[in-house]
Amino acid sequence: MRNKVLLIAAMLVLALSAAVSAQTYHFGYVVQDLGNQFWLTMSHGVQDRAAELGHRVTVLDARTDPNRQLANVEDLIQRGIDALLLSPWDAPSGGTATEAANKAGIPVFVLDIGVSSGKYETLIVSDNYAGGVIAAEYMAQLLGGRGDVAIIQCQLGYEIVSLREQGFEDRATELGLRVVAKQPADSQRALGMTVMQNILQARPNLRGVFSCNDEMALGAIEAIRAAGKQNDIVVIGFDAIPDALDAIEDGRMTATVAQRPYEIGRMGVDAAVAYLKGEKLESTTYIPVELVTKENLADFR
Amino acid sequence: MSSNLERSASPGIRRLTSVREVGPLLGLIALCALVSILSPVFLTTSNLMNVLVQAAVASILAAGVNFAILTGGIDLSVGSLLGLIGVLIAAVFKSTGSVFLAVATGLVLGFALGLLNGSMVTVGRIPSFIATLGTMSIARGLAFVFTQGRPISSFPDSFRALGAGELGGIPIPVIVVLVVYAAAHYVLTQTPFGRAIYAIGSNEEAARLSGVNVGWYKTAAFGVSGLLAGLAAIMFTGRINSAHPLAGQGYELDAIAAVVIGGTSLSGGEGRILGTLIGALIMGVIRNGLNLLMVDSYWQQVIIGAVIVVAVLIDRRGRAAEGAAVVK
Repeated sequence: MRNKVLLIAAMLVLALSAAVSAQTYHFGYVVQDLGNQFWLTMSHGVQDRAAELGHRVTVLDARTDPNRQLANVEDLIQRGIDALLLSPWDAPSGGTATEAANKAGIPVFVLDIGVSSGKYETLIVSDNYAGGVIAAEYMAQLLGGRGDVAIIQCQLGYEIVSLREQGFEDRATELGLRVVAKQPADSQRALGMTVMQNILQARPNLRGVFSCNDEMALGAIEAIRAAGKQNDIVVIGFDAIPDALDAIEDGRMTATVAQRPYEIGRMGVDAAVAYLKGEKLESTTYIPVELVTKENLADFR
Repeated sequence: MSSNLERSASPGIRRLTSVREVGPLLGLIALCALVSILSPVFLTTSNLMNVLVQAAVASILAAGVNFAILTGGIDLSVGSLLGLIGVLIAAVFKSTGSVFLAVATGLVLGFALGLLNGSMVTVGRIPSFIATLGTMSIARGLAFVFTQGRPISSFPDSFRALGAGELGGIPIPVIVVLVVYAAAHYVLTQTPFGRAIYAIGSNEEAARLSGVNVGWYKTAAFGVSGLLAGLAAIMFTGRINSAHPLAGQGYELDAIAAVVIGGTSLSGGEGRILGTLIGALIMGVIRNGLNLLMVDSYWQQVIIGAVIVVAVLIDRRGRAAEGAAVVK
């Protein structure tokens, strides 16, 4: 008798959970630029995870245009979606798009970048601060805990990216390195080279450079090679783009920090599903980042 | 103004019946019918308003570019002017707090930069393609220099009204579009300025010989294009609630596409402003419809390109048929 009750209870639970999981949601994912490898990978994460769970997702590319980003969100609202996943072009325009979804009562899940207004359920983003920290730790280890180092910054005014530099500076100082120069090179390779030339002029004893993205780091190594200092200066970038991995492989660059856009995309879908099923979410979820060196390079190809 | 000029330029009632001129309208209707069959959401009031608001900035830019194209020129700078003027009016508003001053700055600056384009073409004798290609790059660069790449954002509703406000349930950008097109239609069909633009576009030398001040009117046509780029900048910034130096990138091509789909000849002198509005709406309906139908973003670019080519192809055939009829 008792077994029978248990069996019936078990069957009920199974039937209920089947009914719950049989519910399919329709998500919209508005992404800033599918011409960029990083966002493309993230959108694959979103699509793959949605397919695995049996949910539908419509991916719309804003093509770096905040007006089209907003139009995409408006169109998805008209079409009717259960949740909006958003990788905004920048935080202010992302805020305007989020407010449009708020008005329509559609929950918003922000994947990277962040939004500066509107209400969202969770922000899923790389732990950029920790990325700077692990870069500083590796550099300190290579330099024996002392020496002058420089930071090359991305565009000023982007909070999430500036966390990288803060993490590096905080930890490097703790570990005995001296940050003697900080200059922006607007995320660009050519500017990274110019900025590095200037720093080398001013700081002949420089031992290390942390660049907030790989593009600028790749420019910096050209300047360092031109000055004949390639064996004296440690260069660590951020993003693990293919060119940077090549440079690490042939020894021109020391290391980079890898984000996991594919994971961020997958977690965005999981977060939306969890929310729709009534679970509580953290306001921000940080995705760990990893240091890429010559030793573990193959894992990131 | 000579009577000869009036005759050649007047787009009278006789021409209204031309198949070629109702072509874009028929295309728009057919497109709407098709999308509404495929997506039940399309024909709802809220979605139609949504489409009109989304097409507003492109419609305004296209109206201006149409003036330049009707003279036989082209204006490639409007997208960049939108970006530059957007960040400047945002800065004016942030430092003075005056919506009036910001809007006035946008319009005056747009008009002035347009006149500068026009003067390079008329006084400097630089082909408009080259002159406006130059200002396109200069304006975009200055927008970056001015902001150092940083967006200026977060404005009160009063500043955002032209791009995001509502008046009696109707979005203000839609009202702005209607007013601008009504005014442009009046100017092009009922004023000496309009007649001069058509005359210059059909045959600049003949216009000059019949006493039209070609340099002045041509410069003014570019001025209108710049003025409307300034208005579009105000609307864009209000809609997005943020001014970024990259704003409006590539919009000059959307504007030109709308003008061409709307039946205006790129060689000048022919085309109606209402056709341009229909062209902009066709682009807006296609983008909205493809989003509603969940068509992949990559395919959207392919389809829009194909529509531009097909529209011009149909227009050419219509023109050839009309030409043959006249010869007979």
